[in-house]
Amino acid sequence: MIEKTSFFAEPGRRAALPILVLLSLGFIAPLLAVVGFSFMPARTFGLWHEPTLENYETVFSDNTYISLFWSLGLASATVVLLALICYPVAYGLVRVFGRWSTVLTLLFTIPLVVSENIRLYGWVLFFIKGGVLPGTLRTLFGVEMGDFLFTPAAVLFGMVYVYLPFMLFPMTLGIAMVPNQMREAARDLGASRWQVFREVELPLSTPGLMIGSLLTFVLAIGAIAEAKVLGGQRIIPITHDIEIAFTYAQNWPLGAALAVLLMLVVSVLVLIVLRRFDLDQILGKR
Amino acid sequence: MTGTSEPILRLKNVRKAFGNLAAVDDINLSIGEGEFFTIVGPSGSGKTTLIRMLAGMERPTSGDILLRDKRINDTPANERPTCMVFQSLALFPHRTVGQNIEFALKIRNVDPATREKRARELMQQLHLPADYYSKNVTLCSGGERQRVALARALAFDPQILFFDEPLSAIDYKLRKTLEKELKDIHRETGKTFVYITHSLEEAMVMSDRIGVMRRGKLIQVGSPNEIYSTPRSRFVSEFMGDVNVIPVESNGAGSVRSQSLGASFKVPPASIEGKAQCLVVRPEFLRFLSSPSDAQNSLKGVLYNEYALGSRIQYQVRVGEKVFLVEKLRQQPFKGSLDDEVLIGWDPENSILVADE
Repeated sequence: MIEKTSFFAEPGRRAALPILVLLSLGFIAPLLAVVGFSFMPARTFGLWHEPTLENYETVFSDNTYISLFWSLGLASATVVLLALICYPVAYGLVRVFGRWSTVLTLLFTIPLVVSENIRLYGWVLFFIKGGVLPGTLRTLFGVEMGDFLFTPAAVLFGMVYVYLPFMLFPMTLGIAMVPNQMREAARDLGASRWQVFREVELPLSTPGLMIGSLLTFVLAIGAIAEAKVLGGQRIIPITHDIEIAFTYAQNWPLGAALAVLLMLVVSVLVLIVLRRFDLDQILGKR
Repeated sequence: MTGTSEPILRLKNVRKAFGNLAAVDDINLSIGEGEFFTIVGPSGSGKTTLIRMLAGMERPTSGDILLRDKRINDTPANERPTCMVFQSLALFPHRTVGQNIEFALKIRNVDPATREKRARELMQQLHLPADYYSKNVTLCSGGERQRVALARALAFDPQILFFDEPLSAIDYKLRKTLEKELKDIHRETGKTFVYITHSLEEAMVMSDRIGVMRRGKLIQVGSPNEIYSTPRSRFVSEFMGDVNVIPVESNGAGSVRSQSLGASFKVPPASIEGKAQCLVVRPEFLRFLSSPSDAQNSLKGVLYNEYALGSRIQYQVRVGEKVFLVEKLRQQPFKGSLDDEVLIGWDPENSILVADE
């Protein structure tokens, strides 16, 4: 029997209504506004002008793409470095440190309580000429340290430092998800420690690595404070450009166009990764 | 069957302690080449710890494990020519059926064509459909996964195959099929199988010899028939299904007396000295009598309940406080009804005196 029922007769739909309204107002509406603004004439503040593509032309004819490349490059480098740094640490937290793991986890979490900017200024004091590190080196060992602060390397350092927990914890989870009997079974079948890692542990902990990478990549591409504080504005990431457009330049449509472009690039990258590694398949069935 | 063959594996005073607790305590055992040896025990008896030491995943605290007279205590699992099928099976979920089976060969750098050929042979031997080769192992059913796990272990070509209760999570009917298949595979391959289970029934079906473990010790080793018909202790006799156990004390040659039943029973001549004793009679050896003279031992009781067990029927008979189980084949005639007074009895040769421990 086919009966036409109203949309809200379906169970669950009415219950989903409040969250639907909240998401529409709080999440989708601002996004649509940004997309709308990106098609408005430059330096206008209304959404009801004749749509135009001039902002996108400006983005591509201008040298804004350099900022985009800096952002993408730094974010990618951050993810790669974090993966290399965090895997051994996460492995240790799960398999080696035993009951010290809790204490270590706490130590990794505590810095998150302090504002990111304050922590970054702490690093400035640490690295600045005559600061904690160069000063100590000169006084104790007579070693002159080259310039590190206000270089791209310092920006990268800051990003790796700030986003470390966001890679570490998903990764820890990923490694903890590998049943110990898998390792034992592989070893029992003749695999050396390295083969156990390559054939069993690494592939089975990939979900954690993937989630950590996605999370840190998305966070890192939106990073702005590291370049400002540790990079001394020598590097301008795309987020900085967007901020300038919306504030000093008072050119909302250009800022919106940049934001839309950034969203597109990130979404495409994330989709490619999610396609390649079907998280549902890895996580869902065991 | 293989009690006389050369021992492949020998254990000398093997002990494993975790802190003050000895999980495995002073085990001495020889397992013959090609034998199907099963270690049975309740959970916590130390059987898993024992097999993990044999497979190389735990190190004994003391004692020696000898494989063909070579001490292997400190040889890691990956260097031992043995392989284990785990309780959880531990199949690699990110690999296909074929890749799982080929794992050991891949580790040894066998070329892909040879690997696949061997995997397909094993799949056929274990009744796995050929098109499962590229199927994701997580999509296989319980029974299929058992077969994949066994194939993966066989592909390793081990000298000894260990099994850590692999069938415990499988439903009854399939388990019965797989038990028989496993015994067939044992015949086909001629390899030494060492199996662990908490079910003596499962052990009976498959094994050449059975070792019963309790609290870290091996308390009896023998053929399934020996374990079944001549258990040495109350524990072993009770482990194999329903039994009637009567605490008794010696009452001169060939006779024992039960305080609680206020009766004496004739027993076979062999007796146990110096220990508390129990008289064990299996339900199938108890029968209903029409007069006390029909059997050498008899008791009067009340028929309390009956349980149909398929081909057999079991009756609960109460003699005072004591509950007895009597079994008969379905086709044997019996016209008792509940709450009837009945006479039950057995012959001395069908009863066993065991230590009360």
